[in-house]
Amino acid sequence: MKIAVLSGKGGAGKTLVSVNLAAAAKEATYMDCDVEEPNGHLFFKPGKVHTEFVYNKIPVVDEQRCTGCRTCVDFCKFNALAYINGKLRIFEEICHSCGGCQLFCPEDALWEKNKAIGKIETGVSENVQVLTGVLNTGEASGIPIINRLFEAGQNTQNHTIIDCPPGSACSVMESIEDADYCVLVAEPTLFGAHNLKMVHELVTLFKKPHGVVLNKCVEGDNPSEEFCVNHNIRILEKIPYDTELGTLNSNAFIAVREQTAYRQLFSSLLQKIDKEVAYETTTHP
Amino acid sequence: MKQLLILSGKGGTGKTTVAGAFIKLAKAKAYADCDVDAPNLHLIMRDLKEPVRKDFYGMDKAVIDQDRCTACGLCQEHCRFHAIDHDPLYHVNPYACEGCGVCERLCPEGAITLQSDLAGELMLYSGEPVFSTAELKMGSGTSGLLVTEVKKQLTHEAKDAEMAIIDGSPGIGCPVIASISGVDMTLVVAEPSISGISDMKRILETAKKSNVETALCVNKYDTNLKNTKSIEDFCQDHQIHFLGKIPYDPEAVKAINNVQSIVEVNCPSGAAVKKVFERTIKILLNES
Repeated sequence: MKIAVLSGKGGAGKTLVSVNLAAAAKEATYMDCDVEEPNGHLFFKPGKVHTEFVYNKIPVVDEQRCTGCRTCVDFCKFNALAYINGKLRIFEEICHSCGGCQLFCPEDALWEKNKAIGKIETGVSENVQVLTGVLNTGEASGIPIINRLFEAGQNTQNHTIIDCPPGSACSVMESIEDADYCVLVAEPTLFGAHNLKMVHELVTLFKKPHGVVLNKCVEGDNPSEEFCVNHNIRILEKIPYDTELGTLNSNAFIAVREQTAYRQLFSSLLQKIDKEVAYETTTHP
Repeated sequence: MKQLLILSGKGGTGKTTVAGAFIKLAKAKAYADCDVDAPNLHLIMRDLKEPVRKDFYGMDKAVIDQDRCTACGLCQEHCRFHAIDHDPLYHVNPYACEGCGVCERLCPEGAITLQSDLAGELMLYSGEPVFSTAELKMGSGTSGLLVTEVKKQLTHEAKDAEMAIIDGSPGIGCPVIASISGVDMTLVVAEPSISGISDMKRILETAKKSNVETALCVNKYDTNLKNTKSIEDFCQDHQIHFLGKIPYDPEAVKAINNVQSIVEVNCPSGAAVKKVFERTIKILLNES
């Protein structure tokens, strides 16, 4: 079963919830798709880490063969190639690796080299298999790394917890595509409620069953809770603002492994999610 | 125009709260929100009039004409983005399509065309001050292009403004790189957690690649004094301007929920941000 954890706003507690859900399960795979800022591994500190690099294909020109016909330059929608002073120039940072330039070159003057854009790391932390995607700094898109992560985590039978990137852009979509259930984490501010609305639209668009975890709850108004009530969205859990949990989290400890109370909290959350998924599969098979 | 960009790497460190405070303190005549995935700055700006709205078209998307498609599969075979599905008809997944045009050019039947795709909306509040922002459509992938448009709008509309304050986006990828391009200085708002430090290092590395003046402040510093100290040490070792520490402040949450900036109410975080602001302006106006 694949559970995606997302939040429109960064810092709402997405990693806190995903790491602790995975730790509370009997056996789980934790997949960190927030490849721009992966943090889960800092908590799990996995051992026996295996690293695999992820590459993009970038064109290289054979100057002996290039006749300057500009077929590639005209074709490239991303303006990643230019013919300047009798030479073909390639701008690697903006190339999307579509392969069009070498495919359509009439002189066979282009070939492709591999350029590492990041890596995936696989390791083990007690009951959890930890998969982390890491984008190299300066690289624009982590999508190929997210795709590779899903290939690597494909054959897992147990709970798979997917820690998604913040926001609601393409990388998030890529991360929830295969999910059976989406957990939306929101904090009790106007910002939190506004961004909850955005991710809620996203999961609705993709027809994903979902529920909300309200994090850092304090006394007083909670605009995110109001949003859930007004839109009939299932509230799975309300986690109070708690300095002890905050301190554990800030020091990259896994709360579930430190204290029984937190183990109970997240085990019960996981059970609720399991029930929701079981219900979904019987009503919408 | 001197442009100051506020960044964080990790989300939720208080980037927008700091940006909102800076805008008030500077009485900024020009500002922008480049967090097009999840824009929030407009939520704490009161008295905004109706903006001028403009559709934003991203990269084109491929569309297959079913009447012409003979199901040869050539498009699917060559699509590097796995954007073509068949079940059994061939069709394009618009969320995965990057608009490269390989399929259009390859299709022997001429069944594929690239069509324009609405990817978001640009909003411009003009007059004084000028505020430029945008919202990306759900699941869209052209956030870098949209960020560039937000900044273009701002510099075009507020040509005479001395200074612009720009709220960046979280992460280190394409929208962040687009945000950094052309600014005079970035201020990173860091959070003293192990995660926060890891993200801080990655955003500093990203900013360094574009050779822009970089400074840093710590928010919620008192939630972890040990980590705050190690951020200070890191800045010293790497010659990054360390501009101050802002305490965790329950009043800040209240202020935001009342649509106020933390410098409009009397609170500890507001007082601390003022100091960070003064130091930032000194660097922005003297050194760049």
